Amino acid sequence: MSELDSSVAERVTVVRRERAKPHVGVRLIGDRIFNVTTFSLALSILLLLAGLAIALIYDSFPAIRQFGLHFLVSTDWDPVNEQYGALPFIYGTFVSSFIALIVAVPLSLGVALCLSEMAPDWLGHRLGFLVDLLAAIPSVVYGLWAVFVMGPWLRDHVEPLLAKWFGFLPFFQGPKVAVGMLSAGMILAIMIIPYISSVCTDVFRVVPQSQREAALALGATKWEMVKTAVIPYGMTGVIGAIIVGLGRALGETIAVAMVIGNSAEISASLFKPAATLASVIANEFAEATSDMYVAALIELGLVLLIMCVALNVVARALVLGVQQRRYREMGR
Amino acid sequence: MAAAASFLRGETSYRIRKFKSDGMMAITVGATILTLIPLFLVLGYLLFKGFSSLNWAFFTHMPAPVGEKGGGMANAIVGTLEVVGIAALIGVPIGVGAGLYLAANRASQFTNWIRFSADVLMGVPSIVIGIFAYAIVVRPFGGFSALSGSVALAAMMVPLVTRTTEEMVLLVPPELREASLALGVPNWRTTLSVVARTALAGITTGVILAIARVAGETAPLLFTAFGNRFWSTSLFHPINTLTVQVYTYAISPFPDWQRQAWAGAVVLTGIILALELGVRWMTGGAAKAPR
Repeated sequence: MSELDSSVAERVTVVRRERAKPHVGVRLIGDRIFNVTTFSLALSILLLLAGLAIALIYDSFPAIRQFGLHFLVSTDWDPVNEQYGALPFIYGTFVSSFIALIVAVPLSLGVALCLSEMAPDWLGHRLGFLVDLLAAIPSVVYGLWAVFVMGPWLRDHVEPLLAKWFGFLPFFQGPKVAVGMLSAGMILAIMIIPYISSVCTDVFRVVPQSQREAALALGATKWEMVKTAVIPYGMTGVIGAIIVGLGRALGETIAVAMVIGNSAEISASLFKPAATLASVIANEFAEATSDMYVAALIELGLVLLIMCVALNVVARALVLGVQQRRYREMGR
Repeated sequence: MAAAASFLRGETSYRIRKFKSDGMMAITVGATILTLIPLFLVLGYLLFKGFSSLNWAFFTHMPAPVGEKGGGMANAIVGTLEVVGIAALIGVPIGVGAGLYLAANRASQFTNWIRFSADVLMGVPSIVIGIFAYAIVVRPFGGFSALSGSVALAAMMVPLVTRTTEEMVLLVPPELREASLALGVPNWRTTLSVVARTALAGITTGVILAIARVAGETAPLLFTAFGNRFWSTSLFHPINTLTVQVYTYAISPFPDWQRQAWAGAVVLTGIILALELGVRWMTGGAAKAPR
């Protein structure tokens, strides 16, 4: 009986296998083609990033060989005499981004706290939507607005006040013009606020309600609750958000190129024209005549790329580090 | 007596704390209002200056020669559609395919590397992407071209589309996939006609948001698509785009060109906000582009 059963079962499996064979084969080929295709598309992202770095290094190589590390510390930017140095632009990039952060971070935190702690849900989401709209406006439109509206307003109303109150500082001395470091920093601040505040709002919204209630139960006022429960809980996210904003500010091109005035000079005065890495590339690349000029501009792009990638890596390491520490604490 | 005094002291210190708390929370409201002022100012000026500068000639005429009044941006509107359209043709398949791969192979080290590269690419400044397109397309082909502009925009779209595709596919319940596999449907068909199909609305949203994002880009087009005062739809010649034209006119010294820059800006912003708001309206406000 059992012998019969097993032999029948054997025959059935054999028949099945025979029938199934071509089908299974086709199926495997289909899967294999699909897997190889999606794999190579995914790989192309890695290649894109690698290609980006290689292309920039290759095309800036004449300048790298000619000027070496001196390129990074030289303040000469003289296309006529073929002398190129990146320091004025590195300085301009950092200072304009720093102004942007000083203005944008407190405002963004205010917005995020208002949306997550103050506003009722229906209002919070609508306001958040409006703030997000700020991120949708193209940077050339911000630039246009900054050139014709914000720049003149800063010159006529803000810069005289700054000069009057803080004129003893070297930052607020000199002629008041519509284009310059301050204008660039202000338009950058407006442009990065939505990025910082939307991440912070999300971070504060996921703070567990129990944390807030615990603080309130201990007698904290609303602000004390925010200070002791909400902000510390979301600190990692807040730092991440600030780094995202900084990355945006460092690389923002067109709006800055339109209002910063494009002068390769390092000056303490924030009223004076300056230039950033991105703005000088935008303004001079298409008109660069000699090969060395183009190579030097591409090297500026390389410096900018390295700064942004490094920022990204640091942000990741920071977030990972804090997460791991939190896991360890939870384990204990 | 002493008890009453300390009680009173407690009361005042609570009042101070409450006062401080209310003050700080009022400041957050003030910050929100202050943040929204530029938004309303920008939109207000766009409507006010832009619409008063718009006319039919803007949509139907070519840019006027230097110094002459009038003219429009007909070639720039067509150019933007062409450059962005071709960028989407290049970038969307790569992004969707890569996103499917990332979602299907969650745990591998390779996947982590791809995800990391996509995140880094998202953080690369657009002007650097422009230099890249210049290096790999403009130089070898020997001149500025519409194609090189599309390549630059496509390179910006790929990581955006990849990450949204991955996120949307991960939202599909695994039971759907398992059910399809259990019925004997091969893996590739399951992925395409069950998983990707279910996530299609989300992926489309991501694609539209990515298109809206790159349509407003100027920096990567400055020395790739370059700009063109004449009519051109050829892939291998310089082509005009709205963003570059607005930029050129905005920094020009001629009042009539500056007027047209406002007109161009209102059309550009209109297109982009229509895409973003349309997508949000369709998805009930849930859509958000990765940044």
